[in-house]
Amino acid sequence: MSIQLNSENLAKKIRLHALEMTHLGNSSHIGSIFSIADILAVLYSGILNVDPKNPELENRDRFILSKGHAGAGVYAALAETGFFPVDELKKHYSDGSIFSGHVSHKGVPGVEFSTGSLGHGLSVACGMALNAKLLKQSHRVINLMSDGECDEGSNWEAILFAPHHQLNNLVTIVDFNNLQSIFSTDITLNLQPFKKKWESFGWNVVEINGHSHKDLKQVLSPSYNSSSAPMCIIANTTKGKGVSFMENNNLWHYRSPQGKEYEDAKLELMRSDNA
Amino acid sequence: MRDAFVEKLTELAEKDKSIFFITGDLGFGVFDNFAKRFPDQYLNVGVAEQNMTGIAAGLGLEGRKVFTYSIANFATLRCLEQIRNDAAYHDVNLTVVSSGGGFTYGGLGMSHHATEDIAILRALPGVKVLAPSTAWETYRATEKCANDEGVCYLRIEKGGIKEPPFEGAHFRIGESIEMITGGQDITFISCGRILEECLQASQKLKLLGINANVVSMHTIKPIDKQAIETAALTSKAIVTVEEHNKFGGLGSAVSEVITEQNINTRLLCVALEDRYSSIVGSQEYLRKHYALDADAVVKKTLSLLKEIG
Repeated sequence: MSIQLNSENLAKKIRLHALEMTHLGNSSHIGSIFSIADILAVLYSGILNVDPKNPELENRDRFILSKGHAGAGVYAALAETGFFPVDELKKHYSDGSIFSGHVSHKGVPGVEFSTGSLGHGLSVACGMALNAKLLKQSHRVINLMSDGECDEGSNWEAILFAPHHQLNNLVTIVDFNNLQSIFSTDITLNLQPFKKKWESFGWNVVEINGHSHKDLKQVLSPSYNSSSAPMCIIANTTKGKGVSFMENNNLWHYRSPQGKEYEDAKLELMRSDNA
Repeated sequence: MRDAFVEKLTELAEKDKSIFFITGDLGFGVFDNFAKRFPDQYLNVGVAEQNMTGIAAGLGLEGRKVFTYSIANFATLRCLEQIRNDAAYHDVNLTVVSSGGGFTYGGLGMSHHATEDIAILRALPGVKVLAPSTAWETYRATEKCANDEGVCYLRIEKGGIKEPPFEGAHFRIGESIEMITGGQDITFISCGRILEECLQASQKLKLLGINANVVSMHTIKPIDKQAIETAALTSKAIVTVEEHNKFGGLGSAVSEVITEQNINTRLLCVALEDRYSSIVGSQEYLRKHYALDADAVVKKTLSLLKEIG
């Protein structure tokens, strides 16, 4: 089963929760979370076959957040979809909490895999997808990674591997916001021609607007990839999406929303017409 | 040892379909039969150890009992973070097999000398570390690791005797094996094939009227504390012998027990003196060169006994 929710509504809630969580926890990466809020919302509102009442269901879709620093977004999505009470989110980043800044599965229902060091998720997703293939299981494995993360060589080992083994039950989404830790990806380490790189490795590649729920729903539909190749979705996104003064500003990779900035951000999100 | 590993792995795969073996493109000819018989339980992932270990974690999370395999440091240090984060933190049933512990591939150069692996793997929470001293131990360790929850590191070498050390010998993770007992002067504690140098050393010492016990501490973590206590009680001193750097390996593990348990004994650690080898040679040659062979062990032991008085 999948959870049927209004994805636009969920995206707004994820952003508001993440804003509050990073505010209360005095933590960072709000820009990275906003970048993928729409992707998470679409995944958890009808795409992923998951059951909040039975998080370990054998035929569930596996979702891995490889860019673990946006973990607050996943916690928010899971709470809103009923994996655990929404109130738990307030514990994020606090002393003694299990909700770490980088996503961790220990004690958190619905988190498939813990990450935080970049370049790990895709290989693990390959292992899960390979197992499903060998056992002729029908669920999918979906990995969400960042563009800057593609600097990690380990990813390219996995990018070679998946098409070789025809893992068409594997989808990786690249959150392409063109900003990494310090500068843009162009300045730091040029990834272009990005789409061609994936295609030349044998992936079925599609490039979309990563904030368009319509586009996301279309390409994330299980029937979309009819090829024998794994699918890569290059989701063009805006870091900090949803709060005008955070958009495309890498300060918000680090800065915690406090004081007037927090209030302004909250107001802008509340007023957005996605509700 | 490698043959013993493959033999047991094959037996396990036959009985247990959750067994899955991944090689990082090493073991030419060695796994052909296995791959042919169990194509759905075998994978040559290519020369990509990080991906190999990540895939192993993915398979392990799906309930597989996974083995990864490569030479020397490739299965361990190259992908250490994958072992730590992806496998160990997630309590995956993974056995990391490194073929070529110590100076097994002595002639191939320092890249192929696995002489810090025990220390590094031992530092990972929950990871068990095994370095069998014989083919017999390897055969049994393989099965124990497969059926052990969590991550095990299995460090194997070449050759080694296939027979048990004595009739009725048994192998359990964390339980050492007394190869020679009854010595009242010294107890040698060793892991890996270098234990054979201790056996030789004990024979040489016997000719000088000195009686030595020899303990195979095939599991460095969790270490057999009781055996160390017994050694301290029954002999005048303990000498650890390992084909590994001095820091963090078997000697360190034994010294931790002695300190923590407040055991009154003397300890001498025979190990590499914090160095890489820039010269090459056979395993035997390098042991001799770095004073890890039977003669060096005898000399150091005599000196220690003289000091103790």
